[in-house]
Formats: sequence, structure tokens, C-alpha cells
Amino acid sequence: MNIITSPLFLQLLVGILIGLGAGYLGSFMIMKRMSLVGDVISHVALPGIAIAIILEINPFFGAFTALFLAIVGIWFLERRTELSSETLVGIFFALSLALGILITPEPELLEALFGDITKIRPIDALITFALTAIVLFTMFRIYRELTISIISKQLAQSMGINVSKISFLFLLLVAAIVAIGLKVTGVFLMGALVIVPAAAAKNISIGLTRFTKLAALFGGISALGGILFANYFNLHPGPIVVLASGVIFLLTLLFRK
Amino acid sequence: MANQETILTVENLGVKFDNNEVLKGLNFFVQKGDVLAIVGPNGAGKSVLFRALLGLVPYSGKIYWSPKLKVGYVPQKFNIDKDLPLSVEEFLKFKEKNLDKIIGVLKSVGIRDEHHIEHHVLKQRIGWLSGGQIQRILIAWSILDNPDVLLFDEPTAGIDVGGEETIYNLLKKLKNERGFTIILISHDLNIVYKYANNVICVNKEMVCYGEPSTVLDPASLAKLYGGEASFYKHEHNN
Repeated sequence: MNIITSPLFLQLLVGILIGLGAGYLGSFMIMKRMSLVGDVISHVALPGIAIAIILEINPFFGAFTALFLAIVGIWFLERRTELSSETLVGIFFALSLALGILITPEPELLEALFGDITKIRPIDALITFALTAIVLFTMFRIYRELTISIISKQLAQSMGINVSKISFLFLLLVAAIVAIGLKVTGVFLMGALVIVPAAAAKNISIGLTRFTKLAALFGGISALGGILFANYFNLHPGPIVVLASGVIFLLTLLFRK
Repeated sequence: MANQETILTVENLGVKFDNNEVLKGLNFFVQKGDVLAIVGPNGAGKSVLFRALLGLVPYSGKIYWSPKLKVGYVPQKFNIDKDLPLSVEEFLKFKEKNLDKIIGVLKSVGIRDEHHIEHHVLKQRIGWLSGGQIQRILIAWSILDNPDVLLFDEPTAGIDVGGEETIYNLLKKLKNERGFTIILISHDLNIVYKYANNVICVNKEMVCYGEPSTVLDPASLAKLYGGEASFYKHEHNN
């Protein structure tokens, strides 16, 4: 069998790309102090997936629509107040998870909750590659503006940076990477893949460049190690990928700066 | 004074947020080389006035800046905490890529030792610096592109008293060296007496305007701060 189309190769390719993208975006989520949002944003996807399944359309679109609505909500809260919106996020995201569990048809529920990368097809790999490329390319274009906006909204505005546009664009990228990542870890754990590698990278970084690059690297390694381990021991890959990122986090604690 | 160049004229400036008048009827002008202090109680609209001067909020009335004037701005709110993974070098390079220029500016904000700058300051996480050092870095940031006017919003918020004096001495030194015009917001009237040649008292509207020693009289302070006036006056008499 051609290695390019072998199931394990496809899984690794998709997993690593998503790990890289999620880790990289996660570093900015942490800087924006949106760890909780990052961690639970994937929960919002479940009702979207459920409705898509019921309407017999591609669950990705359902997930992305739900995530998009969620980020519009977060962005709106961010604009209206400088206060932390953590409580509302905690409540709203948990409720959507509950609602999602209730309306997702039973046969698909387990896969939606925990992901199943073993079902990946070549076309999924292609979509993942294209979307990750778009996400990373956009981030390279906006990371300076985004970082200055995080340091000081007023300073950014005085430099002519459209803070709210940049923030929206960034959250949109997060929604996109979470939506494509659901295949790997499912709605329960995709958020963890955004936050945990980045939190690990932060432990051992002084500067931004190292922080963001390590976050991407740790995301990629978590996916690589997790999928290989799960494949070898015949386990469910999603949770193993997240546990792998957890192991990296624990290791970085030892070398904390 | 007559031959001085007026670089900013503000006429009948007003700002409203959702029909709520935050500022009204402000009239003042700033000449090249001035140090203008804006004083007033919390919530008096001082920061809003800055934002209007920078064109960041909609306003009524007129704000005329001299053409081709470069304005540097240090806002009050910075999210620089210990946790932020950003080195001083990365921060300053967001504004200026040339490292020699960065080192030059760091020297002029009082971090003189080049070895120290290269090996300790630039590579350091910005949140690990002391409040006073962060303030210097922010001032360095604001003067990197050689502005003509500097706007400082409470430049010493969160700094101990000794450090505060140092920061103002630094501003004074930079002003003398580089010929800046400075507009600053301060809560400390001692600082205003010592460093500013003009002062505007703002509490929604303009309560006083002129030289600090002339206009900061008990009556206008009482109008500005209400019950707190005697406290402020007392501090000044020390």
C-alpha cells in the first residue's frame, strides 16, 4: 500500500497539523487570558454537530457554525466590557454541551465527544492542510498587531491598529482550528489541545518567539506521540493525544522559568 | 513667549458617550516645548481627553494639531504582568527593528551600561522588571520614532514615590535633550508644580487653566476636588 494513503500516515499528518495550529493559536489565547474560553470553546460545537447530523449535512459545517456563533458572542462581550467574561463563558459553554449531548443521535455521540481520527479520509487531510496553512499564514500577518493589542488596547489604537477587527480575526482562526480538530480529540478534549501545549511552552519561555514556536511544537509532538501510542496499544487516540500534552506540561514544570 | 510656535489648539471640545457628557467646553492651546499637566479627580475625563486628542473617540468642537507633527503616547493601561512571555527586545522590535537604535534609546532613558542592556535588559521578560524599569521601557518605546509631542497618561501610576521623582526627572531630561513638548496626566499636584509650566484642571469641564502657581488656588482646587481640596493644598504646602 502506498504510504501516503496508509491510514496511520493520514492520521499522523492530520493530527500533527492540527496540533501545530492549535498549539500556536493557544499561545495567544493564553496571552489574551482566555485559557478557560480556549479550554471549553470546543464544547459549543456539539449542538452544531447534532443539528448537522439530524439535517444530514457535513458535521464540520455544523460544528464551525456553532463555534462561529460562540466567538461572535465572546467578541461582543470583549468589546462591550473590559471585565472578564469567564462566568458567562463557563455557564453558556457547559449548557451547550448539555444540550448537545441531549440532541446528538446515540450512534454518533461517542465519536462527537471523543473524536475518531481512525476514520480520517485523504480529503480530510487535504482540508486540514489547507486550513492549517491559512490559519498559520494569517497569524504571521497579524501577530504583531495582536500582541500589541493584548499589551494595551489604547496603545494599539493610537498606532492605528483596529483592535476589534484583529481580535475577531484571531477568534475566527481559533474557531476554524477547533472545528477541524474535532476529528482528532472530539468536543470534550479539543480545547485542551489548544491550551495545554501552550501552557507547557509558557513554563519554559522568556520571550514570545520561543513561546509561540514551542507551543506549536508541543501540539505537534502531542499528536504524533499520542496517535502512535494509541495505534500501538490499540487505544482511542483522542484522549491519548491530550494526555501526551499533559505529560509534556508536567515535564516543563521541572524546567520552569 | 510671543515667538513660540503653537502646536495644538483646542476649541470648545466636548465628548459624549451614549448621551452622557464626559467632557464639555474645553479651550486651551499648547506651544512647542511646553509641559502641560492635566489634573482632575478620578473619572473627570482626563484619559478621555487624551483619547480625543489622539482622534480615538468621536468629539465635538475643534482640535488643531500642527501639520506633520508626530505624537508619541504612553497609555495608562498596560497588561504587562509577570506572566506575559515577551522579552524587552521583542517588545521594542515591534516598533523599531534596528538594534543600535533601540540600544541608543535605552541609554537615553537612563539604562546606560551597554553590556547590561544587551545581556540583561533586552533578553529579559518584560514582566519581570520592576515598575520603574517597565516605565522606562515604555518611555523608550514612545520615543523610538522621535516624536515631537509626548502624551503620558499617569506615567508613574504604580511606582513608589522615589521612583516617581526619577521618572519625572527623566522626562525633564529628555525634554531638554530632544526638545519634546509634553502633555501629561497626573494626580500629584507636587509634580505639577515642579515640572509643568501650564496646567488644565478638568472635571468634565475646564475648572482652571494657566500657570500652576497662579491658577491652582484654593477656590479652584475646591471646585475641582470638592471635599478633598484641603488635603491637596496641604500636600502642596509641605
